[in-house]
Amino acid sequence: MSAPLLSVEGITVDLPTPRGPLRAVDGVDLTLAPGSTLGIVGESGCGKTMLSRAVLQLLPKRAKLGGRILFAGRDLVTLPAEELRRLRGPELAVVFQDPMTSLNPVLTIGTQIVETLQAHLGMDTAAATRRGVELLAAVGIPAPEQRLRQYPHQLSGGMRQRVAIAIALSCEPKLLIADEPTTALDVTVQAQILDLLAREQQRRHMALILITHDLGVVAGRTDEVAVMYAGRVVERAPTPRLFTRMRMPYTEALLAAIPKLDSPPHTPLPAIAGRPPDQTRPLKGCSFEPRCRYADERCRAAKPPLADPERLGGLFACWHPL
Amino acid sequence: MQAYIIRRLLALIPTLIFASLIVFITVRLIPGDIIDLMLSSNDIGADKKSRVQLEAALGLDKPMVSQYFRWLGAILFEGSLGKSLWQNTPVMEEILHRLPITFELGLMALFVALIVGIPIGVYSAVRQDTVGDYVTRSFAILALALPGFWVGTLVMVFPSIWWGWSPEVKYIAFTQDPLRNLAQMAIPALILGKAFSAVVMRLTRTMMLEVMRQDYIRTALAKGLATRTTIIRHALRNALIPVVTLVGLQAPVLVGGTVILEQIFVIPGMGLLLLEAVSQRDYPIITGVFLVVGVAVVLINLLVDLSYGLLDPKVRYR
Ligand SMILES: Nc1ncnc2c1ncn2[C@@H]1O[C@H](COP(=O)(O)OP(=O)(O)OP(=O)(O)O)[C@@H](O)[C@H]1O
Ligand code: SF4
Ligand SMILES: [Mg+2]
Repeated sequence: MSAPLLSVEGITVDLPTPRGPLRAVDGVDLTLAPGSTLGIVGESGCGKTMLSRAVLQLLPKRAKLGGRILFAGRDLVTLPAEELRRLRGPELAVVFQDPMTSLNPVLTIGTQIVETLQAHLGMDTAAATRRGVELLAAVGIPAPEQRLRQYPHQLSGGMRQRVAIAIALSCEPKLLIADEPTTALDVTVQAQILDLLAREQQRRHMALILITHDLGVVAGRTDEVAVMYAGRVVERAPTPRLFTRMRMPYTEALLAAIPKLDSPPHTPLPAIAGRPPDQTRPLKGCSFEPRCRYADERCRAAKPPLADPERLGGLFACWHPL
Repeated sequence: MQAYIIRRLLALIPTLIFASLIVFITVRLIPGDIIDLMLSSNDIGADKKSRVQLEAALGLDKPMVSQYFRWLGAILFEGSLGKSLWQNTPVMEEILHRLPITFELGLMALFVALIVGIPIGVYSAVRQDTVGDYVTRSFAILALALPGFWVGTLVMVFPSIWWGWSPEVKYIAFTQDPLRNLAQMAIPALILGKAFSAVVMRLTRTMMLEVMRQDYIRTALAKGLATRTTIIRHALRNALIPVVTLVGLQAPVLVGGTVILEQIFVIPGMGLLLLEAVSQRDYPIITGVFLVVGVAVVLINLLVDLSYGLLDPKVRYR
């Protein structure tokens, strides 16, 4: 394996809340090779977005971040703001969850694409506009010249997400983070957007982190999957392996609960009884223990580490693997 | 958009009729009456005959309803607001003479409010919870708390005691000497705009904080735009939409303020005209001023609504 493009080491994110600090991300390690794809899967609130915002260094103002984030050899946590700014766009890009809110309502689509190109590639307006048309065409937007002059509210959700993808791809990033890119979209559009992402990822040989709450989405679309629960990675394995031999009871529950395609975003998965734990009050033992049907005394007493005791190439955090 | 403007203009008609009714009636509820005043100032003594004669001469003997319709008819068909009861000059002429002066003062105050309030509001939001934020917010509260008439009086009194300097008392028209006119208007405009700028500042700050939390700001930063571009191009344009509403809402407050400041700084605008007219119970002038101010406020709010389109494309494409 070549040198990793992204290597996340022991990331923690603490958010202040009225009930005390909330540990949204709790000691996550990840590595990602250039051009490879990683799926991050977990229920609503397990810290997927906070983890991606940590990588982008776009956490809420009051958030406390711990750990190291090495990207192409540089530690993003300590990188000066101006260098970080130059990295965002040409090397590191993101597509957010909700295309209804992720585009600026008062600026045209054209402005929002062109300004990105100008900020990084020093193009003049005419060249950047031409490039914008190409980009919109590449993400499957019909009549791109006209779309450039329109505002976000004149486009459907799926079209807006395509625009967001075009913006993210505009400076040829080495890593694209897609944070639940289809959750807010119609069922019929979801597959199209996912296919578009996969196609562009391969064409550009770009690394992709695909975040979702739907284990079904990452199957067949990623090289590796990390399952998150309560701010931690609880199982991580190459995708085919995960689906042939999952070890963590939570992953099993997630698979059983592959959400109906039309359930709205942020709904707790109904098939898993109970709710995720209160992250301002961490449990002493396994955080899945209250909902786990295999739980026993040991699970209550100590947290299982994320490890590969059998040396089979998959990590899991469980005392009683399946 | 054109159809929209026409619809909005038509919708103004009932508003204006209602406003004219209120103006006409309330003015006649001012205690004390013109006849008494005229009689006493002319030393005629309140004798019954001259009172009736005077009432007839001024048209005050007719029922209020017919007085109203005569008044309204004159406005609509002759563009006339009647004549001053004392000077016998046309009210319209007097108002048209004074209106630009008040308008200039109001516009300058608005300019002060925006030019001071918006940048400080942005600064305060970007530096949320720092010393700079607290200092500017404290100043805003101070600016709101100090009454304009009090500050105005201080400016009139203290500099003349300390340095023998006092603001110009004789009014210089803009057409006469633009620079001296602006210099003369600057101090009352600053005082008039002071509280307004504090309100603008606080609203800008609140809206900026709200907007800076939006996803599209995160998108802008994630695209690698400079912080300055993100704040000005992406955040401020969105944050200003409610500030425009505020300008419309504050227009009547501004008019109220000019009445007081024109009095203190002896600026012969509508405010001074109104004060003189009220003290003399000069009904045609009072109603005239109120009506013109009412129409102005309604038109300003129409302009404000239309200018949303400039900031908010959702309105433009309705
Ligand atoms: N600004 C914030 N302040 C405090 N707590 C927050 C904030 N944003 C999110 N949280 C909390 O942090 C935890 C992780 O949130 P995060 O948004 O990362 O979840 P997620 O996995 O992306 O969920 P979803 O699938 O709903 O997007 C949650 O418990 C959430 O309530
Ligand atoms: S450690 Fe225990 S409680 Fe946690 S998942 Fe494994 S069996 Fe369940
Ligand atoms: Mg999320």
